[in-house]
Amino acid sequence: MKVLVPIKRVIDYNVKVRVKADNSNVDLANVKMAINPFCEIAVEEAVRLKEAGTATEIIAVSIGDKSCQEQLRTALALGADRAIQIETDQNLDSLHVAKLLQKVVEEEQPQLVILGKQSIDSDNNQTGQMLAALTGLPQGTFASVVKVDGDKVNVTREVDGGLQTVALNMPAIVTTDLRLNEPRYASLPNIMKAKRKPLDVKAASDFGIDLTPRSTLIKVTPPSERQAGIKVESVDELVEKLKNEAKVIS
Amino acid sequence: MSILVFAEHDNNELKADTLKTVAAAQAIGGDINILVAGANCSAVAEQAAKVNGVSKVLVADNAAYEHQLAENISLLVTELAGDYEHIIATALTTGKNFMPRVAALLDVAQISDIIGVESADTFVRPIYAGNAIATVQSLDSKKVITVRATAFDAVATDGNAEIVALDTVTDAGTSSHVSDELTESERPDLGAASVVISGGRGMQNGDNFKLLEGIADKLGAAIGASRAAVDAGFVPNDMQVGQTGKIVAPDLYIAVGISGAIQHLAGMKDSKIIVAINKDEEAPIFQVADYGIVADLFDVLPELEAKL
Repeated sequence: MKVLVPIKRVIDYNVKVRVKADNSNVDLANVKMAINPFCEIAVEEAVRLKEAGTATEIIAVSIGDKSCQEQLRTALALGADRAIQIETDQNLDSLHVAKLLQKVVEEEQPQLVILGKQSIDSDNNQTGQMLAALTGLPQGTFASVVKVDGDKVNVTREVDGGLQTVALNMPAIVTTDLRLNEPRYASLPNIMKAKRKPLDVKAASDFGIDLTPRSTLIKVTPPSERQAGIKVESVDELVEKLKNEAKVIS
Repeated sequence: MSILVFAEHDNNELKADTLKTVAAAQAIGGDINILVAGANCSAVAEQAAKVNGVSKVLVADNAAYEHQLAENISLLVTELAGDYEHIIATALTTGKNFMPRVAALLDVAQISDIIGVESADTFVRPIYAGNAIATVQSLDSKKVITVRATAFDAVATDGNAEIVALDTVTDAGTSSHVSDELTESERPDLGAASVVISGGRGMQNGDNFKLLEGIADKLGAAIGASRAAVDAGFVPNDMQVGQTGKIVAPDLYIAVGISGAIQHLAGMKDSKIIVAINKDEEAPIFQVADYGIVADLFDVLPELEAKL
């Protein structure tokens, strides 16, 4: 079966972002970028399905300007077979991303689409669910275990009270939680091989989708700064402060 | 204007977070209805009818909604959406699961995890793990929104809304529930507790989390954990506080053996008072802690328990 893995280029998760002085957005100039951690887990899961003989082909897809080819090459080095870049300079809403991916799903007809549960920049947690709605497919979000069983896939989901397992008719959409797997590192020979794997570039404007923004970003501000407090010397002092100064315990 | 609020519940009890989500709806302003979708959920409907400022409780009581599968709930909500300008759910795992599906079916964008309401179309939400705060104006005719409950105060339960039974059944038939594996706990819910004590990698193993229990009992606290503690298998994942786990904002947050990575801070830095117990003086957690104690947690915890 074919597996489609949409991935996103985002700021590296270790970088502490700075808000621009004019409050128009965060400053991404000269900041280290990487594949979104949840997307990396999605790639790893697809590769494991292929290694287990369940998946036959893995297609990685990313939407963005030319620079996202770097993340697609990473996915290829990790084990994806081919890649598609949908080129646009525009900052898209999740709904637009889902609509573009819907077209890719229609064309490629994958049995499984594995996405990250959220990107660590916009923190929306929407795209997988929207893609599932647009394609009319069932969804297994926040997955910590994915088991393909004939024409169904069993997904164990991380929910508020613990875990929930659902059975989905395939084709299906899965979004990954952090505990699904531990992504591997790309080896140097695989990085070299990835350079020769096919990478198709398509223009977002060719998909015939209205990409007019659905929202306006009015401003971006830094969060209110928390001041470092004091260090106490003893447990007695701590308890005393909590009782009498902070008044949070009685 | 009218607003539809999705009720969070487990078929027996209305979750307190719904009261906070209704507060966000009141900030938007308009006639507020609550949707209770579940199976054998009449007790929840009665609780929802008492929520302040709600005019109507719509009840969809059917086996198709028992486990609130996104495929079925999203069809139900989309069908009801015609009458509402705003459709709102709490940003918990149920709402995060089905709401984007509703938005896509209605062909509108979704605004996730709002922490403030500027006006009926403009909302405030954190991005980049809470390291930036965005003010966003929706240009869609319908607003599909999820609410970060910790950012709003619960409304009172002195209302008297009309209960209306719905007979629509929307079963997509593409998914089914297999099993649940829920964590049993006598302690308060992590998201709603006024005191939270969390352990990190410094706890060294799962057994040592018992050291937190005596303190949690004395303070009526919930017990949380950092991702490191969950990944190391010390505790189950539903205890994780952070960008990818639960967001908490208690009166008192005690971080024990937690370094304070960006992703953890995203889940707790709006707590009123933060206490850090860590033997590494340089740990980033001390930059946000109101009170810090640089010491071995294995010395501090028993002493703290004894002195509370």
